[in-house]
Amino acid sequence: MTDTATTAAQASGPDETRRDFLLMATSAVGAVGVALACWPFIDSMNPSADVLALSSTGVDLSAIEEGQSITVVWRGKPVFIRHRTPEEIETAGAAPMDDLIDPQADTDRVLKPEWLIMIGICTHLGCIPLGQKVGDPRGDFDGWFCPCHGSHYDTSGRIRKGPAPRNMAIPPYEFTDETTIKIG
Amino acid sequence: MTKPQWNNGLVRWIDDRMPIFTLMHHELVDYPTPKNFNYWWNFGSLAGIVLVIMIVTGIFLAMSYTPHVDYAFESVERIVRDVNYGWLLRYLHMNGGSIFFIVVYIHLFRGLYYGSYKAPRELLWILGVLIIIVMMATAFMGYVLPWGQMSFWAATVITNLFSAVPVFGEAIVTWLWGGFSVDNPTLNRFFSFHYLLPFVLFALVFLHLWALHVHKSNNPLGIDVKGPQDTIPFSPYYTIKDLFGLGVLMVFYLFFVFFAPDFFGEPDNYIKADPLVTPTHIVPEWYFLPYYAILRAIPDKLGGVVAMFGSILILLILPWLDRSKVRSARFRPIYKQFFWILVVDCFVLGWIGAKPPEGIYITIGRIATAYYFLHFLVIIPLISMVERPKPLPESISTAVTKGGAAVKEAT
Repeated sequence: MTDTATTAAQASGPDETRRDFLLMATSAVGAVGVALACWPFIDSMNPSADVLALSSTGVDLSAIEEGQSITVVWRGKPVFIRHRTPEEIETAGAAPMDDLIDPQADTDRVLKPEWLIMIGICTHLGCIPLGQKVGDPRGDFDGWFCPCHGSHYDTSGRIRKGPAPRNMAIPPYEFTDETTIKIG
Repeated sequence: MTKPQWNNGLVRWIDDRMPIFTLMHHELVDYPTPKNFNYWWNFGSLAGIVLVIMIVTGIFLAMSYTPHVDYAFESVERIVRDVNYGWLLRYLHMNGGSIFFIVVYIHLFRGLYYGSYKAPRELLWILGVLIIIVMMATAFMGYVLPWGQMSFWAATVITNLFSAVPVFGEAIVTWLWGGFSVDNPTLNRFFSFHYLLPFVLFALVFLHLWALHVHKSNNPLGIDVKGPQDTIPFSPYYTIKDLFGLGVLMVFYLFFVFFAPDFFGEPDNYIKADPLVTPTHIVPEWYFLPYYAILRAIPDKLGGVVAMFGSILILLILPWLDRSKVRSARFRPIYKQFFWILVVDCFVLGWIGAKPPEGIYITIGRIATAYYFLHFLVIIPLISMVERPKPLPESISTAVTKGGAAVKEAT
């Protein structure tokens, strides 16, 4: 009781800084608490355990002829697998680094030069580039062409022209034997 | 303003405890409104009515819709074929989106022409821009729900816009998707947000009206109301005018609903979503075409995204870019011409947005995009410095009742 009376009497005295401090400290703790409480809600929107559960896809390459491409699905994304021709390998290797938007040597993008394996998603805004089927437009660099906003990829899946910022991504994969790969 | 007298006992009892009837009487009946509105002033109330139509049809559609990648497409087809009047609900809702944007865009350009964004209505204008942004988010997520090819690829392209954010881009996109591609978690959350955002819109509209009712409406002359002689009560004069406008709008709207329900849509959206095949020519809904053209005009991913969002956000600072004290373009001979050039520019951007990104279309798109930003950042500030506005009328009354008593008084 006496405390209350004292505080009221000294309302404009040095006590005010103590009150200000208490108010600010309480507010800060409250704000941190609210921020922490937000996290479960935000994180609930991230990929769930079942989505995250790693899946790997095995592919038998023996049936793919030279110059042919197939598309397989890995983690809900299309993966382009292309059995490249010697000419394609040569043009990919010969491309001068200065001409590349996202410089990367062709040899860094393949385990075996004849097999180009990459995630078939345009790095601009996520469309699936054309060039897998016979008769598809393949762009100015004879690789892939994204119809959405006009990105041109070369025979190594590297971006050469258009709005995409990066080369098409290479998924983690390994050869389990001469003609079989495991993606993921 | 006098306090209205209520005859009904129950109304009096409620009003005494919470003066909701008095409030409504002041804001909707007595409400003093400039007496010189033209038909461009119909579009605010029309937008409000379309919002209500969208909410009502949407609530009933949600009763028959299944937000799951395996059932969404089929459930929408079932709504159209099997649910009683489901076709009507869906087509009202689907075309209602387009009508909503037509009405709101006209409302926006009305504001640009008559300087409705200028002091003291800056906050009112900013709330309006926020309404448009929330509308766009709502419309985009609603477009995804039928889970056709266009739905799926719209969702993919638009969510990928956020991957342009430096450092956190990929994490943000994964978070938006709830996975590694647009999939069931994405569809579920879009449905949740599509149901939520219209109510956010409703709240923003309430704030927009609140701000409006503080300084009251602008008018075609753009001059302040000087006294009661310049105004008429909102009801019955403008309620009846707004109702007439509503009738005209409904003829236009229902024509599409009944006779051309897919006019604004894309045939590809009647193909079920396929994550492995991008349609060869993807285009957004018509109301996003100008922004899409701006996105594609910039040959850099982050730059394109920034320009696209910037094109709408720039409206937020318009009240401070335009230094001219004169509101209405009627008295601003130079501004008036550039206003119409901007309108043409926006149509050009819309046309380019619908074209494939190649050849001459890229060049035109870049010029139109550059002009759009030039209009707001350079032309508008310059005009407001060099332009000599025409003389403003003494008052609304003087201008409206030509040669009347008020004119003599003024001279």
